[in-house]
Amino acid sequence: MADLFKPSRRAFLRGSAAAAAGTVAGSAVAQAPDPLITELQDWATLTGVGVDETPYGLPIRFESDVVRRNVEWLTASPISSINFTPIHALDGTITPQGCAFERHHSGAIELRKEDYRLMINGLVDRPLVFTYEDLERFPRENHVYFCECAANSGMEWAGAQLNGVQFTHGMIHNMEYTGVPLRSLLAEAGLEAAGDLTDKWVYVEGADASSNGRSIPMEKALDDVLVAFKANGEALRMEHGYPVRLVVPGWEGNMWVKWLRRIEVSDMAVESREETSKYTDVLEDGTARKWTWVMDAKSVITSPSPQSPIRHGPGPLVISGLAWSGHGRITRVDVSQDGGITWQTARLGKQGDTKALTRFYLDAEWNGEDLLLQSRAIDETGYVQPTKTQLRDARGENSVYHNNCIQTWYVNGKGIAENVEVS
Amino acid sequence: MSKSLSQVFLPAFGGTALLLAAAVFLANRQHAENKLEMLQARVETLDSARADARRMAAAEAGRAEELAQKVAEIEAAMADRAKVGGSLSRPAPAQDGPLGLGRSALAEEIHAWDVDILPDGRGLPEGRGDVFTGEEVFAEACASCHGDFAEGVDNWPVLAGGFDTLADKDPVKTVGSYWPYLSTVWDYVHRSMPFGDAQSLSNDDVYAIVAYILYSNDLVDDEFELSHENFAEVRMHNADGFVVDDRPSTEYPHWTGEPCMANCKETVAITKRATFLNVTPESGGDAMSAPETAPETTTGTTTSTTTVSPAEPAAAPAPTAEVAPEVAPEAVAVAVAEAPVDAELVKAGEKVFRKCKACHTVGTGAKNKTGPQLNALLGRQIGAVEGFRYSKVFQAAREEGRVWDEASLIAFLAKPKSYLKGTKMAFSGLKKKGDQEAIIAYLNSFRGE
Repeated sequence: MADLFKPSRRAFLRGSAAAAAGTVAGSAVAQAPDPLITELQDWATLTGVGVDETPYGLPIRFESDVVRRNVEWLTASPISSINFTPIHALDGTITPQGCAFERHHSGAIELRKEDYRLMINGLVDRPLVFTYEDLERFPRENHVYFCECAANSGMEWAGAQLNGVQFTHGMIHNMEYTGVPLRSLLAEAGLEAAGDLTDKWVYVEGADASSNGRSIPMEKALDDVLVAFKANGEALRMEHGYPVRLVVPGWEGNMWVKWLRRIEVSDMAVESREETSKYTDVLEDGTARKWTWVMDAKSVITSPSPQSPIRHGPGPLVISGLAWSGHGRITRVDVSQDGGITWQTARLGKQGDTKALTRFYLDAEWNGEDLLLQSRAIDETGYVQPTKTQLRDARGENSVYHNNCIQTWYVNGKGIAENVEVS
Repeated sequence: MSKSLSQVFLPAFGGTALLLAAAVFLANRQHAENKLEMLQARVETLDSARADARRMAAAEAGRAEELAQKVAEIEAAMADRAKVGGSLSRPAPAQDGPLGLGRSALAEEIHAWDVDILPDGRGLPEGRGDVFTGEEVFAEACASCHGDFAEGVDNWPVLAGGFDTLADKDPVKTVGSYWPYLSTVWDYVHRSMPFGDAQSLSNDDVYAIVAYILYSNDLVDDEFELSHENFAEVRMHNADGFVVDDRPSTEYPHWTGEPCMANCKETVAITKRATFLNVTPESGGDAMSAPETAPETTTGTTTSTTTVSPAEPAAAPAPTAEVAPEVAPEAVAVAVAEAPVDAELVKAGEKVFRKCKACHTVGTGAKNKTGPQLNALLGRQIGAVEGFRYSKVFQAAREEGRVWDEASLIAFLAKPKSYLKGTKMAFSGLKKKGDQEAIIAYLNSFRGE
């Protein structure tokens, strides 16, 4: 009740000030009546399309620009490549499957539920084979998690390179998964045979021609890993591993094996190609870090950004972005409009979920001057997203993966935004 | 609470005072006592309303306290649940023993799918293959992407060389320079290669290919045969080059705690700009391609707190090498504006020339092989090297008096079979402008030979 007084009182004061200045609060004076209002429009008199028109709908054609995009020079072939989520055009936190980034090593395959088999073998009491239907009979859970490719922002190590947040930060999506905890399947096969679990591993492998495989320590496998078959309420899309993929919350996307076909309990890491020659981080002296699974806290302003410039003039401006952490919840995001000299704490769209995207807003007033926009995420462990300089000081510039540094957009007086690096 | 209470009362007090003042004014002017009485009665009413408001506010205050307590409880519960593993989702119930779902995996089924090889060699099938055989199999099955010498074609991975580059800004991570375990090579070739025809190689062919890759990386000599028996004896160059993730000790402690909020630095200047590189796909969204919103060249702009200075043109774009596993730094050269001919380019050309070396020689004492020697090529008459048997199309070019210049050489190198239809040269062509320029610079360094 008491709170109700605040906005109304403020609104009243603002209104009277505007009236005193001879303007109508919140809008300019129209030169002539708006024909969209004064004239009868087709859509207001004729009928629209019927319910049979689109059994499964796509976004309206006016949004056809909001699509995944590829950077062709990045890879040798689109079959073994990656594309990028149009995060500059999305809001909230859930990524629609149809525009969520894809990464394949041998192309996306068509695998029917009827042809799907999942094997558990290795150090288990009962090596088992599950059908898709079997999986649906285990108690299941729902969780929202982000999936970020370890190479997200990898092109930006040596300098500002790609002029669009879709390309600098778009190797990420965030979905609500429905699935069975991996620990339930491991329990079904029995882990007595594995003995002491502390030094055991679970090797997971896909059914596609790349048979992408990764080793996951048993502790994580028994914690929050999901064997998922639904995303955002519907079946996984082909490009996301239909009918079954692994969800490894907070850890690099390469481990989220698609078309999951095999789970092997073993006494050592397999040291597969994807965990030795790739997804390892070369440091300044040439030694490399391996098993860098966790995605550290990171954030980016999605609007304004190069693909989402300020199209209105000075006045109220919504600065919006995304933050996430593989270590847990985002507790705070700060935004700077002057390249990191001063910071303001942004408003979180809602309280952060663990290992999921959090939306933040800074409701600002733009005076038409240049901006150097940055955002800085803080997670529940107290970790503060580092600057590019801090990251380079710690690791050098030889790395590709795990670039979670603070991003800068330069916005000029016309509202055009550009990817830059600042001192 | 006090703040919101004052907001309840202030309007009430203000209104009362106003009414009192008005009443006195009216009373003095009209000398109407009865009116004053009426107004006094009104004031009494207002006083009583004020008392009511006070009581209501007190009630509200109590209620607000209750609500605040509830909010705190809910937040604590949410924090607890977040700690337990996330969001507001409830965990699946714990199971007492198996549910009896699925069926036993048969030995044949496990044999068919469980083919991964562990670092200690467990999982390897019996078999063997030597370097010589490997070279042949490699040329057939692998060279179209990885090159005859495992040097990598286009953006496909380079498998050989790159030694002593790991501390460079663009490390060349090959089997020889980077991969720590031989098991990984065997496992990957066997399980995932060739691209587009995975798991088609026999075990012996895999041994032979791996032997050839080892040979290409100076790890074994050309007599070497690899088998399940001597597999464990091979030691990779970079076996000790890895450390387990140490971010929790080397990074997290430094990047934790209350961050700076004001006066965090004295000035800010732009040091690099993505638009200088111009490597962003053009279909990046309407805002990026629409001419009316194209970024203008900024030569120095100031804001109240920020100095935005013109950027140094950034160096060549960062090679992204393993955004995807198959990216070569050369990819970037395409996007960069014409580079001046220089020693670097000649060096790059020498690397590109590895694609040509099987058939061509250049330099002092160069002789014709499958292809003619290439000394002093620019300015040389086409098809005129003594002692080389040219195709008809080359002979015709010679009769026409045509001469190799930069333009014709680039056109030929780009698409050999289109530019001189009927050429015997089997090479499919150098598609990258950067490669073409580099190789011309390299060949031109032998113009005096």
